[in-house]
Amino acid sequence: MTGHLNLWLIPLLPFAGFLINGLLGGRLPKWLVTTVALLAPLAAFGLVLNAAAGVYIFTHIQCAPGCPGCGPCSIMHPAVEKFGTWLNIGALHIDFSFVLDQLSLVMLLVITGVGFLIHIYSVGYMAHEEGYARYFSYLNLFLFFMTVLVLAGNALLMFVGWEGVGLASYLLIGFWFQKKTAADAGKKAFIVNRIGDFGFLIGMFLLLANFGTLTFTEIATKLGQDPGWTGGVVTVIALCLLLGATGKSAQLPLYIWLPDAMEGPTPVSALIHAATMVTAGVYMIARNHVLFDHSPFALSVVAIVGAATALFAATIGLVQNDIKRVLAYSTISQLGYMFLGCGVAAYSASIFHLMTHAFFKALLFLAAGSVIHGMAGEQDLRKMGGLWKKLPVTFAVTTVGVLAIAGFFPFAGFFSKDAILYAAFLQGTGGKALWFAGLVTALLTSFYMFRLWYLTFLGKSRSEDVHPHESPISMLGPLVILALLSICGGWIGIERFSAFLSPSVGKLPTEAGSAQLELILSIVAVAVALLGWFVADRLYRQKPTQPAELAAALPGSYNLLLNKYYGDEFYGATVVKPLLATSQYFLGWVVDTAILGGAAWLLGGIATLSGALLQRWQSGNLRSYAAWLTVGAAAVLLFVVVPWPTVWPDSMNWIWKMTGH
Amino acid sequence: MNSLFSQEVPISWYLLLSAVLFSLGVVGFLIKRNLITVFMSIELMLNAVNLSFIAFAHQWHAVKGQIIVLFVMMVAAAEAAVGLAIIIAVFRARATLAVDRIDLMKL
Repeated sequence: MTGHLNLWLIPLLPFAGFLINGLLGGRLPKWLVTTVALLAPLAAFGLVLNAAAGVYIFTHIQCAPGCPGCGPCSIMHPAVEKFGTWLNIGALHIDFSFVLDQLSLVMLLVITGVGFLIHIYSVGYMAHEEGYARYFSYLNLFLFFMTVLVLAGNALLMFVGWEGVGLASYLLIGFWFQKKTAADAGKKAFIVNRIGDFGFLIGMFLLLANFGTLTFTEIATKLGQDPGWTGGVVTVIALCLLLGATGKSAQLPLYIWLPDAMEGPTPVSALIHAATMVTAGVYMIARNHVLFDHSPFALSVVAIVGAATALFAATIGLVQNDIKRVLAYSTISQLGYMFLGCGVAAYSASIFHLMTHAFFKALLFLAAGSVIHGMAGEQDLRKMGGLWKKLPVTFAVTTVGVLAIAGFFPFAGFFSKDAILYAAFLQGTGGKALWFAGLVTALLTSFYMFRLWYLTFLGKSRSEDVHPHESPISMLGPLVILALLSICGGWIGIERFSAFLSPSVGKLPTEAGSAQLELILSIVAVAVALLGWFVADRLYRQKPTQPAELAAALPGSYNLLLNKYYGDEFYGATVVKPLLATSQYFLGWVVDTAILGGAAWLLGGIATLSGALLQRWQSGNLRSYAAWLTVGAAAVLLFVVVPWPTVWPDSMNWIWKMTGH
Repeated sequence: MNSLFSQEVPISWYLLLSAVLFSLGVVGFLIKRNLITVFMSIELMLNAVNLSFIAFAHQWHAVKGQIIVLFVMMVAAAEAAVGLAIIIAVFRARATLAVDRIDLMKL
C-alpha cells in the first residue's frame, strides 16, 4: 500500500469528540453535542473508506492485466506507521505503531461503519436522557479505544485498547448508575474481564520471555524461522491468550457478564456488546493466529470452547423472557461460532461471520431498542405481541434480522455460518462432532429467534395499557441500512473474502472439501433452520398454550434453562462467596484487625506509656529543670575530664558494644 | 629569694577560685527561691568562667581569651536587660518572685 494514510487520525478523531463532549458537553447546546458526536465517527469512517479505496485501487486496478505503466503485481503489504517509541528498556523495545492490513481494514470498516450508524440511532433513542453529552462522550471514547485495539501493531498497544474498551463498556453499562442493577452489572463486567485480562497479561509476559518482542509481525517471523516452536510454551501462550479472549468475548467459562451488560442503553448493547467489542477476542485470536497454528492442542481447545459456548448459550436463549436477554445469549452463542471457526483454523470464515453478525445483531438489538422505545421501556416478551401493525418498519427489519441470524438463503448469516460449519466438517472425526454441535445450535438459534419474532410482533397484544408508536426517522434510518447490509452482507462470498484476508490470516483449510459437499451441508443447515421455524410456529402461533404446558411437563429442564443453568449461583457459591469470606474473615479480621491493627495499637501503646512515664520529668518546676541541666553538664564534664581508659581499662570496649557493634 | 608579692600567682589558684565561684553560682541557682537571686547566681557563674578565660589568656599570652571575655560581658549585659524586663513582667502578673510559684507549665 502506498502513500501516507495518517492512521493516527482514525482513533484520534473520536478521542477529540470524547474530550469536547466530555469536558464541555454540559455547557454546549444539544445540537452542537450531536454534531460533534456524529462528526467524529463519520470522519473516522471516511478515513477508513479512503484507506479501503486505496487498497481496492492497488489490488484491482493497478494489478489489472494490461494496465500500462503498472509495476509487477504483488499482494498488498501491510501499512505500518510508527509514531514514536514507547518503551526502550534493555532488550525490550515497544513502539507506538499502527498496522493497517486486510484484517484490521475489515475490522475498522465494521467498527466505524456500524459505529456511525449506531451513533445516529442513539440521537433518537437517547434524545430525552439526562446525560446526553456524557453518553456520546463515552461512545466516542469507546470508538477511540476500539480503533486503537484493532490498529495496534504490538500486543502491548493492543492491550491498551483492550483495557480501554473494557473501561468504556463499564461506563456505558453503568450509564444509569442511579439504578443499582446497572451499577452492579458494570462492576461485574469489569471484574470478570479482569480475569481474562490476567490471562492476556501472562501470555504477553511469556511472549516477551520467549520471543523477546511483542510486535505481531516479528513473532510470526520468529515462529516461521524455527519449526521447533510447537506445543510446549507456544501452547501455554496460546491458552493464556485464549483466556483473555474468553473474557472479552464472553465465552465459557467467563460468559456471565454479558447478559447482565444488557442493563446499559440498548444502542450500547448493539455497538459494544454485540457488534464490536465482544468480537475483540476473535480478532485477537485471528491476529495471533500464527501462535495458534503452531499449537494443535490450543486450537482444539478454542474449537471446543466455541462449540460448547454456542450450544450452551443457545439453550439458555430458548426460554428467556427479556427481549434483550434473548439477544444477549444469542450473541454469546454466535461468538461461540466464531471461536469454533478459529478453532478449526478457518480464521477468515470467523471474521466473515464477525462482520455479518455485526450487521444483523446490531440490527436486531437496535430493532429491539425500537420496540422498547415504542413500548415505553417494556422489555418483557410476555407483555408484547401484535406489534407488527403498530411498528411496521421495525417489524420488517426485525424479520430480515431474524432470517439472517437463522441462516436462511440468501441472507448474510447463511453464508458466514455455512463457511464455519463447512470448515469444521472437514476437520476429521472431531470436526464432525463440532459440526454437529454447530448444527444443533443453528436449530436452536432459528427456534429462539422465531420465538422472539412471534411473541413480539404476531398474535394478539398481551397488554392493554400501552400505546406503542413507531420510532423517529433517526432510529429507523440506521435500521434500514443495517437491514440492507444483513441481506447483502454475505453476497461477497467466503471464497473472495478469504482470498482477500489470506495475507493476514492464512488460507481457509478447505482443500479436502468439494463444492458438492458444501452444497449438501448448506441444504442441511437451511433445512435445520426451517425446522426451527416450524417448531416455533407450531408452539407460538398455532398453539399458544403449548409452551406453558411443555414447561409444566418438564419442570426440571425448564427451570434449569430459565435459571441459566444456575451459572451465576455456581460462581457465586464457588468463587464470590469464598473470596468474600476470605476477605472478610481472614484478610479483614485476622490480617487487618488483629495483625495490622494490633501492631498499630502496640506502637501507640508504647508511645502512650513512655509518654506517661517521661512526662513526670516535665514537672514545670523551674528548679528541677535547672537541677537536671546541672546533672547533665556534670555528666558531660565527667565523661570528658576523667581519663577513662586508665580508671577503667575495658571502658572503650564496653562503649563499643553498647553502641551496637 | 624574692618576696611573696614579687612572685607570679600560679594559674591553679585562679582556676580554683573560678571553680569555687562557679560552684557557688550553681548552688545558688539551684537552692535560691527568689528569682533575682537566681539571676545573680547566673551572673556569678558567667564571671567565674570569665576569670578562668582571663587566667588562661595571661598564661598563654593569647589575646583571644580576653576578647571572648568581652563578648561574654556583652552578652551578660544584654541578658541582664532582657532578664530584668522579664522579671518585672512576671512580678506584675503574679505579684511574686518565688520560682516555686511560677509554675504555669506544670501538668
